[in-house]
Amino acid sequence: MSAVTSSSAALSFEQVTCTFISNDDPKQRYTAVKDVTLSVAPGEFVSVVGPTGCGKSTLLNVGAGLLAPSSGTVRVFGQTLDSRTQGVNKRAGYMFQAEALMPWRSALANVTAGLQFRGVAANDATSRGTEWLARVGLAGFEDRFPHQLSGGMRKRVALAQVLVLDPDIILMDEPFSALDVQTRQLMENEVLDLWQAKRKAVLFITHDLDEAIAMSDRVIVLSAGPATRPIAEFAIDLARPRDVAEIRSDPRFVEIHKRIWAAMKDEVLKGYSQTKVKANA
Amino acid sequence: MALKNKRVVRFWQIAVFVIVIALWYVLTSPTLLPPIFFKNAQQAAFFFGEPQVVAQRTWEWFASGEIYIHLGITLIETVLAFFLGTLSGLAIGMWLALAPSASAVFDPYIKGANAMPRVILAPIFAVWFGLGIASKVALGMTLVFFIVFFNVFQGVREVSPVVLANARMLGANKRQLLRSVYLPSAMSWVFSSLHTSVGLAFVGAVVGEYLGSSRGVGYLILQAEGTFDINTVFAGIVVLTAFALILDALVGLVETRLMKWQPKSGETERL
Repeated sequence: MSAVTSSSAALSFEQVTCTFISNDDPKQRYTAVKDVTLSVAPGEFVSVVGPTGCGKSTLLNVGAGLLAPSSGTVRVFGQTLDSRTQGVNKRAGYMFQAEALMPWRSALANVTAGLQFRGVAANDATSRGTEWLARVGLAGFEDRFPHQLSGGMRKRVALAQVLVLDPDIILMDEPFSALDVQTRQLMENEVLDLWQAKRKAVLFITHDLDEAIAMSDRVIVLSAGPATRPIAEFAIDLARPRDVAEIRSDPRFVEIHKRIWAAMKDEVLKGYSQTKVKANA
Repeated sequence: MALKNKRVVRFWQIAVFVIVIALWYVLTSPTLLPPIFFKNAQQAAFFFGEPQVVAQRTWEWFASGEIYIHLGITLIETVLAFFLGTLSGLAIGMWLALAPSASAVFDPYIKGANAMPRVILAPIFAVWFGLGIASKVALGMTLVFFIVFFNVFQGVREVSPVVLANARMLGANKRQLLRSVYLPSAMSWVFSSLHTSVGLAFVGAVVGEYLGSSRGVGYLILQAEGTFDINTVFAGIVVLTAFALILDALVGLVETRLMKWQPKSGETERL
């Protein structure tokens, strides 16, 4: 499965490099990701893991078309994505790590926002939005504003907001990192169920290796920053459907975990010592 | 003493009012106390007015209907200045916040115009727009505009980048971003400024009238001052204050209706 060619992939990065200019000192450069080549096949669930601060989110923003890479190309179903001229990746839905709901819109209005932007008739949008809120377990919460919902509920609304548009590619940036363990496992299972039904291409960013293995078809390990690049790739051959809580005790899961952790450990330690040096400097 | 509930607070609010009025009455009455500070018993009343006369004056204005034309003019000026100032502040604030190069060019001029004591423009406006309503509206507008402008500017700048990116990913075009993200985000800043703006719109109207007019509450105050009629001056102040409070309450009403999405602390229900 790892040998996806860029023309058949749902989303592919070819030699993508992102170099940022420092705001304080225009002569300073910071290369977040360097020469990243990776692709996600249609219907494939791919996780990218790496140490904190290694540029995972940068990669996702490039894939979403929110950030133009310094060099390299991003292809969406074979079409080159040029975010400078075309804007965002229209076939992708993005679930953010931080709170992304519009606080001035009710749960339902948040879910239907994308439909409204696309010019879907109001009553059609409302019925689809209501249906999706029910599907993520929030029937009856249509009129609540985000601040009246718990963190887990807000994530469900955000999930419905993305999925109601039926995107071909789903980008997720540590979407559940702010949730407690129980809510998190519930949400992970929900996402897997929804994904199982629709089989969209998913690029899932996380720093949690357990989460990555439990959910994905393939796990890509990134090196520590700066100049992050993929250093290893693992196919996850665990049977589906999976339950993220139960699968953690599966012997095969433990074995895969051990192998990936062996590849990751050095990078994690490197990333940790770098942040320590930065803090001491 | 803990202020346990609203009723206790309301009691003390009224008590403060009664005490102040009573002190005013006792200290200015020509007959109650012998003169303490002034040589003559009439002088305290001459300089500070008498509350019962102020109340009587106010009552006469409304009973005879004499005040309505003046109050109407002042309110029209205030409301016009308030709306025109708010709308222009909103529009230009939005535009400059979203156009970084234009805002960079205009930045020193806006700072300068804001730093200038704008009440000084009143005579110029009187020359440009005459002694009617227009010159007062123009003065009130310049006062309201900057308050709203800076708040909109700040509000647009403080839009959460994640919410913005999310709206873009959901397919919002430029106009939709403006309507669905920038405007609602700026509105919470604007509403906090509108309470100040109402007061300033009144200042613009009254100062404008004071400097040259033939109608309006400011004109009445000016006339009364010309004859050293302190009681009428105070009556004018009382009427203006009352209507400023009414307008402020109206803004508050609109605010609670439009801003119901904002979290409020202590929303638990008492069972």
